Amino acid sequence: MNAWSLLAAAPVEPALPSIDDFGKDPIGIVILKSAVIFIVLMLGVLFGVWYERKLISRMQNRYGPNRAGKFGLLQSVADGLKMGLKEDLMPRTVDKVIYFIAPVVLGVPAFLAFSVIPMGPKVNMFGVETPLQLTDLPVAVLLVLAMASIGVYGIVLAGWGSRSPYAMLGGLRASAQVVSYEIAMGLSFVGVFLFAGTLSTSGIVAAQASGNTLTLGGLDIPMPSWYMVLLLPSFLIYIVTMLGETNRVPFDLPEGEGELVGGFQTEYSNSLKFAVIMLAEYVNVFVVSAVSITLFMGGWRAPAPITTFWPEANTGYWPLLWFFLKMVLLFSFFIWARASLPRVRYDQLMSLGWKILIPVNLGWILLVATVRAMQIEGVNRTMVMILGALVVVGCFAIWLRFDTVLQRRKEDRAAQVEAEFEQLQAEPAAGGFPVPPLDLPHYRGVAAAAETRANKTAEVPSGSN
Amino acid sequence: MELYAPILVLAVLAAGFAIFSVTIAPFTGPRRWNRAKLDAYECGIEPTPQPVGGGRFPLKYMITAMLFIVFDIEIIFLYPWAVAFDQLGMFGLVEMVLFIVTVLVAYAYVWRRKGLDWD
Repeated sequence: MNAWSLLAAAPVEPALPSIDDFGKDPIGIVILKSAVIFIVLMLGVLFGVWYERKLISRMQNRYGPNRAGKFGLLQSVADGLKMGLKEDLMPRTVDKVIYFIAPVVLGVPAFLAFSVIPMGPKVNMFGVETPLQLTDLPVAVLLVLAMASIGVYGIVLAGWGSRSPYAMLGGLRASAQVVSYEIAMGLSFVGVFLFAGTLSTSGIVAAQASGNTLTLGGLDIPMPSWYMVLLLPSFLIYIVTMLGETNRVPFDLPEGEGELVGGFQTEYSNSLKFAVIMLAEYVNVFVVSAVSITLFMGGWRAPAPITTFWPEANTGYWPLLWFFLKMVLLFSFFIWARASLPRVRYDQLMSLGWKILIPVNLGWILLVATVRAMQIEGVNRTMVMILGALVVVGCFAIWLRFDTVLQRRKEDRAAQVEAEFEQLQAEPAAGGFPVPPLDLPHYRGVAAAAETRANKTAEVPSGSN
Repeated sequence: MELYAPILVLAVLAAGFAIFSVTIAPFTGPRRWNRAKLDAYECGIEPTPQPVGGGRFPLKYMITAMLFIVFDIEIIFLYPWAVAFDQLGMFGLVEMVLFIVTVLVAYAYVWRRKGLDWD
């Protein structure tokens, strides 16, 4: 026996809630929990805006907000107050009802999705034994997806009700993007359900508590308990769709300032109406982060080494800390992506969602299902093996075929461009437009060229010493 | 029903806040009338006249919406299958392979007919 195993005491198991533990809270506790979730989300948005600005500033070698309060902590409070004191503009052409409903439709579902996120085990709250989760449903993950879908209505209505081309285009783009990425997002959850066997969020967290074992050919292979490791492709696809779903960089085309001004929120002047839209966007970011924590990152449970040194880490209110730390980590990832990635083009964005993420996801689901079928008792293993081999061969054949087709298309396109280029060089007035010769010193003008000739000095390009 | 009641409580809180913010917005700020401020924003040019009732939008977006429904329904079939996979066993696996292959045929058709091309 070495020192390591002496150090490692058996972790104390917290009181795990099951679906039967929900719906029994007295009304006071329900209101308290709802209010706490609501207030923490609001404060979280204030903190998130500050944190994002601060972190992205440091990544870009500048200070960021540092005037209002210590470290600029009160900056978002000041911004919020200022928003309230700004003049509220409403263009006279807007559809008034839709224009006012849109921010509400956008904001409410964002908060509701948080009601099924588990944040801890059962605790004693003012003498009542209750889980640290507002509620849980047998179809909890469906609720999250449904709320994300309803949020799209807010975007569409905001774009439609504003009656302006920028808002309209932004709204259409945003809705097309969000629905496209929602499919890939929904598919990336299937692997988790295959292993957890439930849609209830507390059940999924409980399923990630202990290490899974994979029985292959009589061998018990211990598998990591977090689905993030076990189902890595699902997790990676979810990470991409999570950026697309919340319209964050590199997929922030709906509000691509360069082309669409502000997208669907163009006509919502910088007043409290806009504040609601912005709040909804940040809460959506928190929701997708919380979903990825719950489904892939072990939920509120402490990461593995902590429970070894501190057996009580998963009990009482401590899980709130682990949950918060994981949230900060994921939110930092959003900011990191924003600081390092350029915005993608719209057709690339849609192609990625429809042509890569969805087929890869479907193939991966079939593969996971075959592996899962091996673990079930009383299943003909040979049949499953044959089926699995068929799936793999089929996926490979499809990929090979697409690869050749894509390669051929790419060559065709290159040849076409080459041909056009040659044609252009042969006749400068190609296509009826007079084209100046490409080697003219046009941007410095004739005078500059004459001066160079007269002085006989070598030209010094700008930027060199 | 008790499981769903807490969601309603949170909904009331969130809706209350959102509706309050939206309705109070016109009253908290100053109001200075200016004709140009009340036009739709189009970077300074005269706003495009918009038809009453919303006008038209490109058909491409409708196709995207239809495709979304197709695949969303597919997901709806996948979820119960994934949850009940242990009970279904071999039958569930074979059925789902056939189902996904069937959907892939439609998917290949859409792709081939340029339904998945955006520009």
